[in-house]
Order: sequence, then structure tokens, then C-alpha cells
Amino acid sequence: MGAEFVQFSLTPILIGVFSAIACALPGNFLILRRQALIGDAISHVVLPGIVVAFLLTGVVAAIPMLSGAAGAAIVAVVLIETVKRLGKIEPGAAMGVVFTTMFAAGVLILEQTDTSQVHLDVEHALMGNLESLIWFRAEGWHSLVDPVALAGLPDELFRIAAVCALIALLTGVFWRWLKVATFDEAFARAVGIPAAAVGIGLVVCAALAAVAAFDAVGSIIVIAMFICPPAAARLMTNRLESQLWWSVAFATLSAVLGYVLAGYGPLWFGARNAVSAAGMIATVSGLILGLACLYGPHRNRIGANRHGTP
Amino acid sequence: MNRPATPLSSQPTLASRDGRPYAQVETVPAHAPLAIRGVTVSYGEKPAVFSVDATFPAQSMSAIIGPNGAGKSTLLKAALGVIPRLSGEVYVYGQPVAKARARIAYVPQRASVDWDFPTTVMDVVQMGLYRKVGLLGRLGGQMKAHAQDCLERVGMADCAKRQIGQLSGGQQQRVFLARALAQDADLYLLDEPFAGVDAATERAIIDVLKLLKSEGKAIVAVHHDLSTVRDYFDHAFLINVRRIAEGPVDDAFTPEVLQATYGGRLASTHLDELSSPGTRR
Repeated sequence: MGAEFVQFSLTPILIGVFSAIACALPGNFLILRRQALIGDAISHVVLPGIVVAFLLTGVVAAIPMLSGAAGAAIVAVVLIETVKRLGKIEPGAAMGVVFTTMFAAGVLILEQTDTSQVHLDVEHALMGNLESLIWFRAEGWHSLVDPVALAGLPDELFRIAAVCALIALLTGVFWRWLKVATFDEAFARAVGIPAAAVGIGLVVCAALAAVAAFDAVGSIIVIAMFICPPAAARLMTNRLESQLWWSVAFATLSAVLGYVLAGYGPLWFGARNAVSAAGMIATVSGLILGLACLYGPHRNRIGANRHGTP
Repeated sequence: MNRPATPLSSQPTLASRDGRPYAQVETVPAHAPLAIRGVTVSYGEKPAVFSVDATFPAQSMSAIIGPNGAGKSTLLKAALGVIPRLSGEVYVYGQPVAKARARIAYVPQRASVDWDFPTTVMDVVQMGLYRKVGLLGRLGGQMKAHAQDCLERVGMADCAKRQIGQLSGGQQQRVFLARALAQDADLYLLDEPFAGVDAATERAIIDVLKLLKSEGKAIVAVHHDLSTVRDYFDHAFLINVRRIAEGPVDDAFTPEVLQATYGGRLASTHLDELSSPGTRR
């Protein structure tokens, strides 16, 4: 592994790892709050926002994309509330209707728009463009200390690294609030913790991660990163602190192994072309979850049927 | 006197009940541990709790009593600000509740949380210290010793490291009580603390609560078991959406009041049995 690895594989792998971790961290709490599908909803809903932001500004840059995604999220919340009230139906159904419709609209707009100059088309929106995020100026490992080469690193790497760092920082700072508001919201409110704000902050972080990871793994597969690593981690431990570290480890493993398998796996079986890295990363994360279900040491829901019995 | 046309005044503390003139609505006792004034809560169109006044005395154990759906838990949660009030004020030792959180400990219903949550008994008890230590303050050795001490007071010292999913219902309730003890409060609000627990746990909990009372603390519990009201409590508050009665158990916990609170849901023989002081065990 030398120059070619650094040039073609190092940055995609790093971007994949940061994306997976940025999604897995809030995913831990979404799962424990029985809100795992909020990640799914968000990842769908942001697509039209990102596309419209691109149409208005003509660039694929962090600020317009995040603003577009935020706008779409607000529209989605208003629509979900409206559907829920007017139709008098449960929130899950309202959410399902709104986010699929918005996602489909995003795909339609995207298809009709000339976005050939940038990495923004239907295929990338669905599956990401991890393989194309390469480091052109790299000539080998020594490029890691070469300022000229480093300046040529893809912007996406810095964007996702910054988002990942921010989410990790927020998770650390608000750890106690997140933990108590997730376990026992009524108690959290009673001791003066702003539980509603904690819940909203968590969803905003998930949205941030979804938008930032959009480049890497596309808006559909991002859902695997929200759910699979934390769910597998839950089966490995009975401590929230350890669960978080396990989820980071599983996210990293999925990204690295998935990328390598997608790039080289098919060659081992005599096929000529690599397969989608994002697809393989999601598949690996699913397989890890499957293994955790079968062999994880804490896979029995010991507390599940204890309710109400003395 | 200009009376508003609507039954509910825009100034909720002045809302009149049962046609009583405003002048008879007592003012807030300056140092009552918990004073609720004109609190109304609604989940949908019908109010779950309507214009309720209640005053819970110091150094005593008070029971909130009423049939299912009468708004007992709702009143407690609304008093704490856990759920929003449509109207009304809540004072804790004379201060608005938001300013007195450090003096309140709360034990929610045991079934309101997921006991499969990945955490240990000790972790849950330490949640009672989160308010004191803040977001990033260190949980020092002294605090940890205090948490361990609280577990000891409920007879759970050996279970500190257990995963909470491994506990029985009674043990879960004791852990919740230990968390409330860790809060070092003056007013203890408990939501059905005896629901679904074994007899030994019920005994242990009542002993802890009586000790708290002897230390001058105020205890307010939502209570569903009418047969133990006279044994456990000094003060009773009866509610069925509206306040029915409140006062010392001997005055407020009478057959007439129970009939008014429960309607036809209690047979009259039960009523006599429950409310006669002679049945004290």
C-alpha cells in the first residue's frame, strides 16, 4: 500500500469513517428514545433542500447546503404537523407521508436540473460519491506532511471532520443532560433540565450529520449509519458509556471494511469492476448488527418482561 | 363587583370554584411546602385537572387520592412543570416552583421509564446529583459516597453495580427512591410509589418516608390503595378532575367525600370500612 492508496483510498476512507461516526453518535440516543426513524426521515427530507439551495446559489458549499437542509426540515415539520392535525392520524404515518413525498420531489427536481458540473445528481444523491473524493495532489505517504499537497485535500473531508468533531464535543459536554433526558424525561424536567431543548438539539445534530454525510454515503444509506452501529453496540454492553465507544468502533470498522471490500472484494472473486462503496459500507454495518444479534453478550432484553411484576 | 362572563377568569389564581366568591379563596400560605392555585391542565378538549387549589402541609405525609383518570399524576406533574399548565400558579415554600427546584425531589411512576436502558443502579442514583454538579462538574468521592449512602437507606447497597434491567419491580422502586434521596430535598413528590411492589419494599419505603417526615420534610404521594391511607398518611387531598376535599385524614377521608370522589365506583360497605378510624391496623 503506497502512493496509489494515499491518492485514491485514504481520503474516501477517512470521509467514510467521519460520516459513520458523526451519524452513530446521535444514533445511540435516537435508538434509546425509540426515534431511530427520525434519522431516516431527516436524511430524506434534506434532499430537496440541498437541491434547491444548489439551484439558487449554483455551488455545492457547506453553508448553502446546510441552510437549504434546515429550510427543508422546517417545511417538513410544518407539513407533518398539518397532516397530523388535519388528517387526525398518528405522527408516524404523517412523517412517512411527508418525508417520502419530499424526497421524491427532490429527486424530480434534481433530475430536471443541469448539475453536470458538480457531484450532484440522482445517483450521487442516493448512493453518495465516496469513490470520487480522491486526493489528486498526493504522491505517497510523505504528502501527509507536504503543505502543498495537503492544500489539495477535498473540501468534503474538512467539512465532515468538522461536523464530526462538533457532534463529538456536544455529546461530551451535554452527556449528563442527554443521558437523564433519554432515560427519564419527566425526572429531567423536574430537576430543571431543558429536556425539550435537549431533544430538539439531538435532532438538529442528527440533521447536521445527515447533511454532512450526504456527500459520502448519499441520503438513503445514511440511515444505516444512524441505526446499525449503535444498535450493534447496545448488544455488546449494558453501560451507555461503553455503548458509545462500541458504536464508534463499529462505525469505523464498517467504513473501512466496507470501502476496502467494495474496491477489492469483487476483484477477489474474478469480477472486473468495484461495487458501490456506500452500498458496501451499509451492508457491512448490517452484517455487524446481524453478528451482534447472534453473538453479542447482552442481546437478551432482560428488563423487557419485568414491568409490573414485583 | 364586575364578574367576568366566562367561568374561568383571565387571572387564574382568582378563578372561582363552585360559585364561591373570590374573597373566600385563601391567599398562599407563605411557607407551605407545596401550594397549588387554580391549576388547570388539558390534554385534549376536556380538562384533566380543572382549576384546582391545594395546600400540602410541612412535616407530614399527604396522599393525593382519586379514581383512575381523576388527574392525580397529572396534578403532580403539572405542579412540577413536567407537563404544561393551561393556567394556575404553583408555589414551593412560598417561591414559584421554577425557583425552588433545588428543594424538590421527584419519584416518577416506575413504569414511565424503560428499565432496559443501558445503565447501572449507581448511575441512576447519581442522576439525583446532576442538578448539583451541573453539566461538567466532577462527581467527587464525597458525592459518590452520598449516593452509596442513599442506596443503603433503601436497602440496596449491594446492588450498586447491577444493570437496572436485572432488578425486580420492588427494587426498581427503591432505586428511584434512592435517587430522590440523593437530591437532598425538603419536599418529596412521589407518583404511585407502592404500585406493583412487594410487601417488604412497601414497608421499606414507608419507613424511609416516615424518617424523612420526622426530619421535618414534606411528603406528597399519589396513592391508589384506599385501605392503607389511614395507616400511612396524615393529610389527604381528594380529586376527581376538580378538588373534592382536603385536610387531615380524619376530616377529609370520610364516606361522604369518598362517595363524592368515586361516584358509584365504591360499594357503600367498602366506604364504611375504609373510612372508619377503627380499622387502623
